[in-house]
Amino acid sequence: MAQINGLLGRKIGMTQVFNELGEQVPVTIIEVGPCTVVQIKRQDREGYNAVQLGYGDKKAQRATKPLVGHCAPSGKGPFTVLREIRVDDPDAYEVGEQLTAEQFATGEIVHVTGQSKGKGFAGVMKRWGFAGLRASHGTHKVQRSPGSIGTSAWPSRVVKGKKMAGQMGNEKVTIKNLTVVGVRPDQGIILVKGGVPGSKDGVLFIRKAK
Amino acid sequence: MNQLQQIEQDFLRMDIPPFKAGDTVKVHVKIREGEKERVQVFQGFVLRRQGEMHRETFTVRKVSGGIGVERTFPLHAPMLDKIELVAKGRVRRAKLYYMRELRGKAARIKTIR
Repeated sequence: MAQINGLLGRKIGMTQVFNELGEQVPVTIIEVGPCTVVQIKRQDREGYNAVQLGYGDKKAQRATKPLVGHCAPSGKGPFTVLREIRVDDPDAYEVGEQLTAEQFATGEIVHVTGQSKGKGFAGVMKRWGFAGLRASHGTHKVQRSPGSIGTSAWPSRVVKGKKMAGQMGNEKVTIKNLTVVGVRPDQGIILVKGGVPGSKDGVLFIRKAK
Repeated sequence: MNQLQQIEQDFLRMDIPPFKAGDTVKVHVKIREGEKERVQVFQGFVLRRQGEMHRETFTVRKVSGGIGVERTFPLHAPMLDKIELVAKGRVRRAKLYYMRELRGKAARIKTIR
């Protein structure tokens, strides 16, 4: 089977396992693939070498006709997620090929990308870990406020990048250098040490660290 | 059964005798010293059992040289060689924290047979 450096998957949840030393290791269970090669991009045609992977079933009646048509050569789909990944040799793959958790091996280092859990419009204490103001000595209704956000006459403005309240979470987050502690090809599952972004069932992109 | 439970199921040990808080047990612990491995026995009564599935742990208390020693083991850990049930105790609590306050004659647990 063709080797690939990254696959799409789904977070199943967290638990702990015993490693070969008998230590308890916190792990995230990720269902990896099966991903289908939907399109192959080549240097001479698209200007770079990549394969487009499709993951997740989408009901045919919910998919647009262009999407159905795009997925048709692979004989699968339509897919909920399409994602491209660069490859060195595009001829090693063929459209419709299935890539599974077997691509990963125990002990490998991976980067995991996902959409983090949304926390809404969060104040500075939650979002940036500010200490807030004190509870007494005249503080009134502003215990969770940031306090001063700058100086006065100079520079007469708030500096760019000042940490303030705002949207927290629901952004693309990559956790780098996670160790694969187990692979179960029969279940299409890999176990990764530590946490990964997003909620259960969230779509993840798992990439091998170079 | 979902995939999470399935994974946890695989880590369960099936050779664990049924025991409860108050029972006296011998815990055979594998200890790795460099390359060599040996087994150490820790005997005492079970102070509590906590958690579920393969995350379950239990705490064994013994009084050694007048000093109370408590050790908590993961129940399904591969480092446990075996758990031996020495005596069943008759207690009316699931967590025997009150035993920490008791000394001498009061700190006994009635055994069933």
